[in-house]
Amino acid sequence: MQQEIFVEEVSTRQNPHVDPGLHFWGWEVPVYLFFGGLVAGLLVLYAAAELTGNRRKLPFSSRWGPFLALPLLGLGLFALFLDLEYKSHVLRFYGTLKLRSPMSWGSWILILVAVAALAPAWQSLCTEGRRRGWAWLRRPAWRNLQRFLNHRRKSMAWLNLSLGVALGIYTGILLSSLAARPVWSSTILGPLFLISGLSTGLALCAWLTRSKLERHFLVRLDLILIAVELLFLSLWLFGLSSGGEAARQAAQLFLGGPYTAVFWTLVVGAGLLVPALLETMAILRRWPETRVGLALILVGGLMLRFVLVDAGQAMGIGG
Amino acid sequence: MPAGVNKRLGMAVNLNRCVGCSACAIACKSENNVPPGRLRRWIHEKTAGRFPDLKMQIWSESCMHCEDAPCVHSCPTGASHVDAATGTVQVHPELCTGCKACMASCPYDARYVHPDGYIDKCTLCVHKLEHGEEAACQSICPTSAIAVGDLDDPTSEISRWLRDRNALVRKPEAGTKPKFFLVE
Repeated sequence: MQQEIFVEEVSTRQNPHVDPGLHFWGWEVPVYLFFGGLVAGLLVLYAAAELTGNRRKLPFSSRWGPFLALPLLGLGLFALFLDLEYKSHVLRFYGTLKLRSPMSWGSWILILVAVAALAPAWQSLCTEGRRRGWAWLRRPAWRNLQRFLNHRRKSMAWLNLSLGVALGIYTGILLSSLAARPVWSSTILGPLFLISGLSTGLALCAWLTRSKLERHFLVRLDLILIAVELLFLSLWLFGLSSGGEAARQAAQLFLGGPYTAVFWTLVVGAGLLVPALLETMAILRRWPETRVGLALILVGGLMLRFVLVDAGQAMGIGG
Repeated sequence: MPAGVNKRLGMAVNLNRCVGCSACAIACKSENNVPPGRLRRWIHEKTAGRFPDLKMQIWSESCMHCEDAPCVHSCPTGASHVDAATGTVQVHPELCTGCKACMASCPYDARYVHPDGYIDKCTLCVHKLEHGEEAACQSICPTSAIAVGDLDDPTSEISRWLRDRNALVRKPEAGTKPKFFLVE
């Protein structure tokens, strides 16, 4: 038998974050991407409820979704801030807009999302305040603001829907634009992260709502999203497996390589298949209704981002 | 060549001459105050073949100053940019947020995090080239294995090397059009 060609490459470079293995992004970036997707899901759900006239059917999602989105967005931005090596330069993101840099337009989307979500969040607060009889809400300025916003409910919903979709896709495009990392170099990561974000947003609302009707509706919708997410994950892996040498090596990380166990057990198994089974059996009234499946969807969404961000750094083009 | 770029400075390393002594890496550290534990230049060794017919190549490596630089495209603030006078890729520390998008997009892993927080890399010693001096790595090299110069100037040493010898680029599949060549 002919001996295989031997190739070994070594370098005297020993730069932190780069050698011996690349690790420039730690836990902060997947956490940021997770909260970004979650916020996108909450905003899209609120906007969809508003635009389809389902506010009564989805009381929690339509009223508290945008309200919840703001602190969650804050947590995501805080994680991103922690990742920056030059924290005092954080405002440099807003000195320019570079269309070829997803991180540039993404940072602008984050600001726009925060501003756009304020209006429906304020409306939720006013509705709650009226119910509880908060006197300060009766002041003319606040009443005028409330009247102004009430006349623009549809426009605000459209705005939040657009920005929610943009935010969800951006969290995936941020990775897929980095062609030097074959694991990430797939445009399907945009729609994949959007669907995953929508799924986690629905799971959070289904967990927190007191309305059984809303929970049942959201759980059924989430089952569809889980199926779409599984389809996108399959397409992503298929795309890598049928690509060039670097892409095939990237696919091998999940098909027998070091990320196989964590990907198939935590992301696909615990994060998608188990919750799908739990919710389906609850719908069929075979098993009791629990919130375990919803919690697993959230954990699975987080794990998807942890695994992909970490695996992407495991190999570059040409090894 | 990107619009507005006057020169197209590049670097070539002669594989027949480089002995991997690391003098270039140390000279670069000294000239550019590269902090302890970091390197802008390093020595790369590649051994390939079927035993006992093995071939070893040694070369000094750094940022490739790519013409289609992904680090410049991915930088959200414009800190990573193409210098109009030299066509080299440079970093404005005062604009850098340390987001590491450039490190993520560089196929050559040529960048590192400076302890001050910004992302740093080889500048091709343009501060010396502007005054007619050689780059630190080039001037210290005991075997004259490094050539730095204008790729558009047919009389420059680097242009002659590229014209007369077989020249390779690292990871051509990345499509970044590197201006760092290995010549045989």
